[in-house]
Order: sequence, then C-alpha cells, then structure tokens
Amino acid sequence: MGKIICACGHENPEGTLLCEKCGQPLTEEGKKSKILNMRYDGIAIRSKTRNKSIVDKIWNFFSSVKVGVTLIIINLVAASIGTIFPQEFYVSVSTEEQKAAYYEETYGSLGKLYYELGLSNVYSSWWFQILVGMLAISIIVASIDRGLPLHRSLKNQRVKRHTSFMKRQRIVAEGPVTEGDPSKTLNLIEEKMKALKYKVRRDGNALLAERGRFARYGPYINHVGLIIFLFGVMLRLVPGFYVDESMWIREGETRAVPGMDGYFIENEDFILEMHDNEKTENQELQGVNVVAKNYQTDVKLYKQSEDAVPGQADNLELVEDYSIRVNHPLQHEGFSFYQMDFRLNELKTMKFELTKKETGESLGEVSIDLTNPQKEYVLNDQTKVELLGFYPDFSGFENGEPQTKTPDPNNPAFIFKMVTPEKPEGEVSFVAIQQTIEPNGDNTYKMEFQSVEMRDMSGLTVHKDSTIPILAIGGVIFMLGVAIGSYWNHRRVWVEQLEDGTIRLAAHTNKNWFSIKKDLNALSEFAHLPRYIDQGEEDKEADGEGKEKEGDSTL
Amino acid sequence: MSLIDISGNLLFVAFIAYLVGTFFFGGAIKSSKPDGAAKRADKWGKLAIIITIIGFIAHLSYFITRWIYTGHAPVSNMFEFTTAFGMFIIAAFILIYYMYRLTALGLVALPIALLIIGYAAMFPNDVDPLVPSLQSYWLTIHVITAALGQSVLAISAVAGLLYLLKDTDPNAKTKGRFWLEAVLYFMVLVIGFILATVTFRVIGYEADFTYVDKEGMNQEITYNMPAVFGMNEYVLLTDDVLEPFVETAPVINAQKLTTVFWSFIFGTILYILIRLITRRSILSMLHPLVKKVNLNLLDEIGYRSVLIGFPIFSLGALVFAMIWAQEAWGRFWGWDPKEVWALITWLFYAAYLHLRLSKGWEGNKSAWLACIGFAIILFNLIVVNLVIAGLHSYA
Ligand code: HEM
Repeated sequence: MGKIICACGHENPEGTLLCEKCGQPLTEEGKKSKILNMRYDGIAIRSKTRNKSIVDKIWNFFSSVKVGVTLIIINLVAASIGTIFPQEFYVSVSTEEQKAAYYEETYGSLGKLYYELGLSNVYSSWWFQILVGMLAISIIVASIDRGLPLHRSLKNQRVKRHTSFMKRQRIVAEGPVTEGDPSKTLNLIEEKMKALKYKVRRDGNALLAERGRFARYGPYINHVGLIIFLFGVMLRLVPGFYVDESMWIREGETRAVPGMDGYFIENEDFILEMHDNEKTENQELQGVNVVAKNYQTDVKLYKQSEDAVPGQADNLELVEDYSIRVNHPLQHEGFSFYQMDFRLNELKTMKFELTKKETGESLGEVSIDLTNPQKEYVLNDQTKVELLGFYPDFSGFENGEPQTKTPDPNNPAFIFKMVTPEKPEGEVSFVAIQQTIEPNGDNTYKMEFQSVEMRDMSGLTVHKDSTIPILAIGGVIFMLGVAIGSYWNHRRVWVEQLEDGTIRLAAHTNKNWFSIKKDLNALSEFAHLPRYIDQGEEDKEADGEGKEKEGDSTL
Repeated sequence: MSLIDISGNLLFVAFIAYLVGTFFFGGAIKSSKPDGAAKRADKWGKLAIIITIIGFIAHLSYFITRWIYTGHAPVSNMFEFTTAFGMFIIAAFILIYYMYRLTALGLVALPIALLIIGYAAMFPNDVDPLVPSLQSYWLTIHVITAALGQSVLAISAVAGLLYLLKDTDPNAKTKGRFWLEAVLYFMVLVIGFILATVTFRVIGYEADFTYVDKEGMNQEITYNMPAVFGMNEYVLLTDDVLEPFVETAPVINAQKLTTVFWSFIFGTILYILIRLITRRSILSMLHPLVKKVNLNLLDEIGYRSVLIGFPIFSLGALVFAMIWAQEAWGRFWGWDPKEVWALITWLFYAAYLHLRLSKGWEGNKSAWLACIGFAIILFNLIVVNLVIAGLHSYA
C-alpha cells in the first residue's frame, strides 16, 4: 500500500486527508478549500483506502453513510406500508381463505392486492427481515470502518499543527494581543481554559485545549447497543429462549401449564368489573356503553413434587396464590402469566329430572358435567340414564346424524336412553335446548330440564423470554451512547504564539458552535486575544443566502 | 368552583397568555428605525418571554389540577394528550430560548402551540374512565417522556420554519416558495377546522344517523356538521337537515371525512380572504419580519434540538413503551400502528442526523427535513389516532 509523505516528513497511510502529525491538508481538494473538512480528523478510513477485492467492494458498500441512510429510509417506508391496512394478526379469522376473503370484502380490490402481495404480513416477511439485517450489517461495518481509525487519531493528537491546518479551521484568530505582556499570554490561556474544564497540553510555543473528547465515542457506543439489541431479537428464534403459549382455563379447573413442565395452574375465579361512570362524550361518539375497569383471574400455581408421574395432577405443591390482572402478570422462575382474554358464562353443568310425562312423577335427578360427561347415570338398581350421544355445540343434523360445530359446550344436545322399571328395555330421546325428538314415537318418560350452572373462562398467555436481559443491556448501552454523543461535544482550541508574539488561534467542535464561541469570548477577554472570526459565517455572506452548500464527497 | 373547572380556566389563561405573548414576540423582532431598535427588541422580548412563562405556569397548573382531579395523568384521550403536547412544546421552547436567547423562535413556536391547543379544544374534554390496559404508571412515564421528546424535536421544525421563512425569496418562483406557502396554508386549515367546529357548535347543529359498520352491525352516529358524506347504508333520523351527497364504503368514517371537508372549506375561504385583503402571499408577509435572524444560528438550533430531543424520544417512545408493553401483554413489541409510527419517527430522525454528516444536508435541506419530521409527528398524533387506529379499535 502506498504512503503519502507530508512536507513535514511524516509518513501517512494512503487515503489520509490531513497529515496525522501536523494536520496539513494532503489532497488537492483540501489545499484549495477555505475550511477543512474535519470529519474523522482527516484520517484514512478503510473504505477509502482499499477497493480491489470483492470483499473490499462489499465492505465499502456497507460502510457508506449514503447506503446507511438509504437503508434507514427503505426500512421506514416498508414499516409504514404495514400500517395501511391491519396486519393479519389483528384479523380474527384463522384460515388462509378466510383471510383473503376478509381483505377483499373489507377493503375491496386494494385490500385483495395488499393481501396477495403479502403486505398483510410484512413484518415477518423474508424481505423485511433481510432489510433489517442489511441495516445491522451497515451499522457494524460503518462503525468499524470509522471508529477504529478515529480512536487511533484522537489518541495520538499533536499539540502543534501546521499553519495551513490552523488557517483552514472554521474559527480562526490572528494578531497581536490587545493589551498586556504577550509573554504571559499562553499562561493566561492555559489558566482560563483549565477553568473552563478543558484539558490543556503545551508543546513549546503551541497549546492545545481539549474538552469532551469522549463524546466522539457516543455514536459508536449507541451503534453497539443497537447491534446487541438486534442480536437479542434474533436469539428468540433459537428454541428454548422463547416460550409463548396461550391457554384457556375454566373456573375451578386445574391444568398443566403449556411450556412449563411440572407446573399446574388453577383458576379459582375470574372477575370482570366495569366503570360505573356516566357516559362521556367520547363514549357517545365511539358508541361504547360501559368501559371495563378490571380483568382479573385469581389463580393458584402448583408445582408437581419430584417423584410424581409427569402430566399427572397429583402430589401438587402450592407455589403461589395470585390475582393476575392486566399490567400485573404473575411471575415465577422467568415465566410470566398474562391476563389476555376471557369468556363469560360458559355452561358448566345441566340438570335434568327423569319424569313420567303423565303424572309428572320424578324418578330422580341427573346432573351432567358438560366438560366431563359420564356414560351412564345410575339412579337406583332398576333406573338409570345412559348417554348415547353428546354434542356440545349442536349445529343441526346431517344425514340424520346430529353434528357439533366445536368441542365447546355452547349449545349442548344429548341422546339419552332412559331405563326405568316400567320400560326396562329403555326409551331413547334426543334433547337439545328448546327441542326434543323421540325417534321411536311416544315415550312414557322424559328428561325434564331443571337448571344450568355457568362459569367463566380465562384466557392466559404464558411467556418466558430469556432474551430480555440481552435486550435490556442493548437498550441501556444504546441510550448511554446517544446521550453521550448528543449532550456532550468535543471542543478543541489550538493556539500558537509566533516569534514576534503574535497569537494564532484555531478552534473546532464536532457540534455546538454556539457554545465553543461562548468559551472563546470568555477566553479572548481574559487573555486579551485578537478577535476571532467564523469563516463559516463569512462563507454564507459571500455566497449569498439561499445558495446551497456544496455536497461533500467524503460520505 | 370544582377542581375540574379551575383546571379548565387555567388552560384558558394559558391560551390567552400565549396569544398575547405572540404579539410581544412580533413586536420584539420588528425593527423599523435603527435608533434604539435593539434595546426596544430587548424590552419587548423580555416581556414576551415572561408572558410565555406565566402562560406555561398556568398550563402546568391545568395539567396538575386535572391530574389530581382524575387520579391519572391527563394524557389518556385526544383532548388531554394534545393539550399536554402543546404544553411540552412551550416547555421545550423556553428551554431552547434560554440556551440561545433567540426571540424570533417565539414568533413561530407560540402560534404552533396555539394551533395545537385550539385543535385539542375541539375534542370532548370529559374525563374518560381508563380501560385496564391503560392503568399503569409505565403508561404515564412512557407518554410523558415521548411527548416531551416530540416537543423538543418540534422545536427543530420551529427553527426550520424560521430558516425557510428567511431563506426563501418570496419574489422568486421556486419550488421552495411553493411548498413553504403550502405549509402556511396548512396552518390556516387548522384554523379552518377550529372555525368550522365552533361555528356549527354555536348553531347547535346535530344530525343523527344509523348505519351498518364493516362487521355488519347496526350502529348510531351523530354528526355535528352538515353531513356531506354519509356512512355505509346510512339512515337519517333527524328532520330538516342536510341529506348526505355521497355514501361511503364501510371502512371509511364518513363523519370524520365530513369534518375534514368543512375544515378544508372554512380554511380555504379564510386563506383566500387573507390573500385578497392583503394582496400578498403569507410568505411575503412573514418574510420581512425575520430579516435579521442569523441563518447559521437557526441551522444550529435546529440540529441541536434534534440532538436534545432524539435521546428523550428514544427513551420515551421506544424504551419505556417496550417496558410497558412487556408488562401489559408479555411482548415488548406488537407491530401495532401507533408503535410502528413511533419507530418510523425515530428512524426518520436517525436519517436526519446521518444526512447531516454530509455538508450538503445542512441549512435549507435540513430545515425542510425538520419540517417533514414534525409532519410525521403530527401524522402519528392525528391520522394514526383517529383514522388508522380506529380500524383496529384496540383497547
Ligand atoms: C437505526 C439505526 C441507527 C441509529 C439509531 C443511529 C444512531 C446514530 C446517532 C444518534 C449518531 C450520532 C449523530 C450525531 O451526533 O449527529 C450516529 C452517528 C453515525 N452513524 Fe449511526 N445510527 C444508525 C444507523 C447507522 C447506519 C446504518 C450507519 C451506516 C452507514 C451509521 C453510521 C454512522 C456514522 C458513520 C456516524 C458518525 C460517527 C461519527 O461522527 O464519528 N449509522 N448514529
């Protein structure tokens, strides 16, 4: 690799813009410009020095800020497209055909197109994930590309800089001191700059005051945080790091917790409370009558003892008694239980009485647990009711056979065989809500409906996310990084006293010129320095307002 | 007087103070004669900022009294959130003012806050009960920090707008001039919305409809403006009111569309009147006012406010939002439109910061970017809340 030898004799690596030692501009562009481009202090960044192999080309592609910004914008646009119509996971239908139909019916042909292009599931599409991946690569490559050389050059700064470096800073001052003894000036400057919390170094007749250098590391720290965060998000794809299960559990039921071996949970009670306020204007506008106040499931969490048979709900030890509410999940050993959903008033048991039609005389009562119906209910040694068929969610007949829509007891129907001393061979009857059919003609006995018991059901989700600590660390590092990079800035003031006592000063900050000027005002007054000028301002005036600044090719 | 009435009056006081403050800021930066103009500017400017601070204290007291009355941070519906947003914009303005002492900022910041509060006042101001998912102190922390971040970011648009007002030549036919006038026209439209709402409210206009929503359910709706657009399969129940001209598809909320329509009509008439009476564009009226501001300084203030606002916004709108979502639903991110638009805002400002790494994106372009950023924030506040989120109607 070629070297660039500066007039001062220092050997710089190829691609250097400002001599590492004395700061002289090394490029034609630099020599001609009025104000030097101080980004990365003119060091050679990798992407500017190599461009031969394919690896170099890929590296250079990803390290470019132009590419980085383009990737940010593309991600932004892609994310926004996903909000035009609701995403599939907000649509409460399950099958593909239903989804397709939903988008077409609700949003017309645009909705259909949206669905067919896969935009209704943008965020888990492969191309969206590739876009995020490319953004991550870009962050990593750009940070390494610039961060390491920048660190090296910031560490090896010289105090004394070349005249052409000094004169080409945005803020410059040159001239004799305005009053007092010029031989004391450097001491005065040192004193004042130290009072302003600058670190001051001197080298002969030159002085460098520097403050807030660590702020230059802010962007690199925040990029590291972002990468850690994205890494954490990716880890969730690894099995075991992430459990996300949901379960329905009825009041009074005890069920094994999915994804959490050896644990059982019991639903003691589901509670729904409503606000009792008068209807507000917003409720009126939105057509909402009452607003929910609390969704709560009182649960007991159990653990199986060591020697128990897996999946068997015996030998349970109580570990926690808790009321799960929205915003107040039950947490145990990294697992969390969230109140997600509920269903009120599910039928629990139905009671019938076996009665003789004519007299209304009762032979006894049968209580059917709808989630756990028995094959037969024996009333005495001559009387029993056999359950020949059970249809929890009866939806009509097909080819003479009763059908059930779902396994949930929403609309239970039964086929009973009633065995009585009078009819020992049994009488068959089909019983559903509001409907009785007697296939063999006129029965003597009937199952008379008595009462139902209802109960509520809670929908809980069970989560375990071992990536959370990684995400949290990433988040904290990111926040630290942005705060450091945004709330502090790197200010430098170079001063040189020439043979004749003239002061030459140059100042630079990576942002916040307003504050460094305040520092300089205080300094000039204290050390009686010549007035500084802001060559950036002059630029503006000279070019005339409104003229766009030249683009800069170092991106 | 109950606490909630006191609270309402305090908000009114704040509004008046900002209105008066705006004129003082106007007086402060106007310069006619060179003699002592700087001194006069100083005096007016000082008064202006004092009035602004008084207004802010009243505004903050409104916020606190309402909080005490309702028992939760008053950021839970459109009225509450938007008035709070106005308050934070003033807070951010005061902060930046004391950093840079640039009076001219007030001339844009205060009117923007006024428009926002005026807009908020058009929404019902009853206290709404909180659904379970909103009953969390994380929500309070999240919303307040995010709004504060957005407000500081908004100041970069204030500086950007000032920059453009000065930088754009009102006499040269450029794209910049066209778009800047369009931005100013948009602000007039917000006044149009306020005028339309107030006008029809004073008249007491009401029209009841039934309609069929997209789930096929029968619903009722009340229009407070003459219904130009009717809901899907609407039936008009009130006599002697305007029958809608157009029936819309079920996914479109024709009532809101009607409001947009009338705001547009009122705003446009107002704009045309302004043009006819003054015989000038709004830009050429404002341009001379800002003659003396320093473009470099404005550019720096714009950049600085993004730098200050970006970390606060990241913390509030992303970090705290994720913590809350994790606690409420067990997932820190759910791709819900409001979340996605917070992410978009964040990505946009990240792009702004990176674009500034190149010199070509300082100054004029950067000022435009700041305005676009603010437009995204407003989009998230208005469109996402009222239109997109309405499609999902989540708790
Ligand atoms: C969403 C993603 C990103 C975020 C939130 C982010 C954040 C930041 C922030 C806050 C700064 C400081 C800016 C300033 O102080 O003005 C910065 C600087 C920077 N970023 Fe990013 N960044 C992201 C993506 C990228 C990408 C994709 C690249 C790739 C090219 C990149 C390259 C840089 C560079 C080169 C700097 C300047 C560093 C310096 O001044 O020393 N960033 N970033």
